[in-house]
Amino acid sequence: MIHLNNIHKTFSTGKPNEVIAINNVNLEIKAGEFVVIVGSNGSGKTTLLNLVAGNILPDAGTITIDSNPVTRLPEHKRSKWIARIFQNPLLGTAGDLSIIDNFRLAALRTQNKGLTIGKNDQFKAVVRNKITTLGMGLEDKIEQPIGTLSGGQRQALTLLMSVMDTCKILLLDEPTAALDPRSAENVLRIANNLIKEYNLTAILVTHNLKDAGNYGSRIIQMGEGAVLKDVAGAEKQNLKQNELYDWFG
Amino acid sequence: MDFYLTALLQGLCFAGIAFGIYISMKIFNIPDITTGGSYTLGGVVTGAMLTQNQPGYIILPAVLVAGALAGALTGIIHTKLKIHALLAGILITTALYSVNLTILGRSNMPLLNLPTLFSVITVIKDINQNSLLILLGFVLIVTLIIGYLLKTDFGLAMRATGNSEPMIRALGVNTDRMKIAGLALANGLTALSGYLFVQLQGFADISMGIGIMIVGLGSVIIGETIITWLRITSVWLSLILVMGGTVIFQFVLAFTLSIGVDANLLQLVTAVFVLIIVGLPRLTGRTA
Repeated sequence: MIHLNNIHKTFSTGKPNEVIAINNVNLEIKAGEFVVIVGSNGSGKTTLLNLVAGNILPDAGTITIDSNPVTRLPEHKRSKWIARIFQNPLLGTAGDLSIIDNFRLAALRTQNKGLTIGKNDQFKAVVRNKITTLGMGLEDKIEQPIGTLSGGQRQALTLLMSVMDTCKILLLDEPTAALDPRSAENVLRIANNLIKEYNLTAILVTHNLKDAGNYGSRIIQMGEGAVLKDVAGAEKQNLKQNELYDWFG
Repeated sequence: MDFYLTALLQGLCFAGIAFGIYISMKIFNIPDITTGGSYTLGGVVTGAMLTQNQPGYIILPAVLVAGALAGALTGIIHTKLKIHALLAGILITTALYSVNLTILGRSNMPLLNLPTLFSVITVIKDINQNSLLILLGFVLIVTLIIGYLLKTDFGLAMRATGNSEPMIRALGVNTDRMKIAGLALANGLTALSGYLFVQLQGFADISMGIGIMIVGLGSVIIGETIITWLRITSVWLSLILVMGGTVIFQFVLAFTLSIGVDANLLQLVTAVFVLIIVGLPRLTGRTA
């Protein structure tokens, strides 16, 4: 589904603060895989995610998504495959717009936003039904500005929004870093359910090793812009918490 | 009474500017000061075309296109060259001064005895009341169009662009193009105000744009203050209140003049009035 071929990315090239963020990374992620990426700060996890999303373009190497070459394709054109969840819950939704407006835009992720009013009663009913599945009681508040909700509620809604339109890849960049433990658990559970239900290919960047152990079908450790460890299948499922901690020893 | 009727007429003329600033400032969060230039541009295009006896159905689109072009240029400079919106606006406004002077051919052009928008239809004999009727109809149509636009999927994407850029880019919107379109729309509306005002006053002037930015901004802030007070989320009501802001603004100026304040001090009064409007919610907010 996602293919990174000899990807290289340097920031501030030629300046004293030059950083090699990604150093010749080759990575193939198959359809339906749920990859968890761990690594210390500055190891290149987020850069890797941004390279897939397209808001950073690589210096060298090629990227294909679903067999399409996308190396130079800007972020807004990759949205036909990719939905993103940001670390900051405020970024994933437009706070001044109502819940229903946000969902309307999300429902058009792969389509043109035209000059018709698409927010009709039928659409509202669909959204209300979807939101009911969260069990947060938000289905009665769809006309309320989404900015009035808590970070956890917004992150949960952002997840739902990602499957409003056809979605193949879900990118989660530390989606729970700004949330309290209970909301964090809730958001990851919702994400995991959606990934299974819609058979999404997902990449989760996280610092939480407990989550890294519990979720995903494959785990990758990054360090200094390279893939240090790559564990999948039964081996990943049998990975013990303390073994994971040892990776950072 | 006539005094306030004139103020009301002027206020309605400025609705376009207020909508324009509302779109650039409040919806896109871009401080666009192309306003002064595109307002005058709308005025001089109207003046020049009227004196050449162009028909109204050509003048109006020409004004809209001219204003939209000015806004689009500011947008392109801002997004593609990554130049601060304020500087981009100043550059275009500066350049527009020469353009406007070239279009008009001189610094002031009277439009007496020419068929204008306000002489097309006569419903009421009184000229001012007739103008009021035509203006009300005109502004109503503009409000309806903008209100509809903001409710469409495109309008939602516009509003989201100013609100959360990462989100809307991840949702497949080219935010650069969206901002350019937004500034084009805003300045097209601003030019529309120039179009109306020139025909109402009966002359086009190269310096008609001086101080117009603050009039528009003040009107939007008055509207916004009421919108926040009443916690209004409806797009229609917001637009009507923004339009109401321009009328209130003109009434305040008319009142100032009527109590005998020197007309030379009008710009000072304007500035102080806007300062009060901006400052008041913050002062009351502190005690609340």
